[in-house]
Amino acid sequence: MDVKIERLRESLKISLKGELDEHAARGVLLRFGELESQALPARCVLDLSALGFTDSSGIAVLLGLERRVRDAGGELSVVNIPSQARRVFDAAGLSRIMRFE
Amino acid sequence: MRPINEMTLTFPARSVNEGFARLSAAAFAAQLDPTMDELGDIKTVISEAVTNCIVHAYPDALGSVRMRCRIYPDGRFEASVSDGGVGIADIEKAREPMFSTGGAERSGMGFTIMESFADSFTVRSRPGKGTTVRFTKRISPRAKR
Repeated sequence: MDVKIERLRESLKISLKGELDEHAARGVLLRFGELESQALPARCVLDLSALGFTDSSGIAVLLGLERRVRDAGGELSVVNIPSQARRVFDAAGLSRIMRFE
Repeated sequence: MRPINEMTLTFPARSVNEGFARLSAAAFAAQLDPTMDELGDIKTVISEAVTNCIVHAYPDALGSVRMRCRIYPDGRFEASVSDGGVGIADIEKAREPMFSTGGAERSGMGFTIMESFADSFTVRSRPGKGTTVRFTKRISPRAKR
């Protein structure tokens, strides 16, 4: 799975490309760990337009990222969620916890 | 009812095989001409079931996972995913949302996802002997879409 992290002027954009399962989640969490030491912009956008598949591993990845951004005083928006991923996230009630656009 | 076709795969419980398993099941289910949503549901349940075997069944050794898929004349896809691992002592507990023995990196939502994406879903487990999950997914006939 490809993880792209872009620093824009006043926001951080993270894009995931490929299939997110337990195998891929390890690498994604490692990349997110790199964000720990850096100052995070107040707005963080997770773009899932190129996410080909996710299972419940994606739920843990989103919850972990949301917590990290919130702890840094920011807000996470999840954008361009494909229908398969949306069904998985809805089954876990994630839209009640974080912002889906 | 006798299946029209069936296949069985056995592979080592390595995480790299999560993708292999769901793609194999999807390729087999394609014979029923499913919609993208139906195929997505099958891949999701397979991925959860196989991940459970890989993460939980064999804490001390590299065991194997068996996946059997069948299709039936009435348009049903059925799969079972089995391991010969440690088993689940309390299945009711394991099925509770947010319950996980896998640590902070696991959501504990695997069983919840499987239950909501499959048409029928059962878990059988014996501690020390292994676990089998079985599910069915009905593929809608093309004429009715």
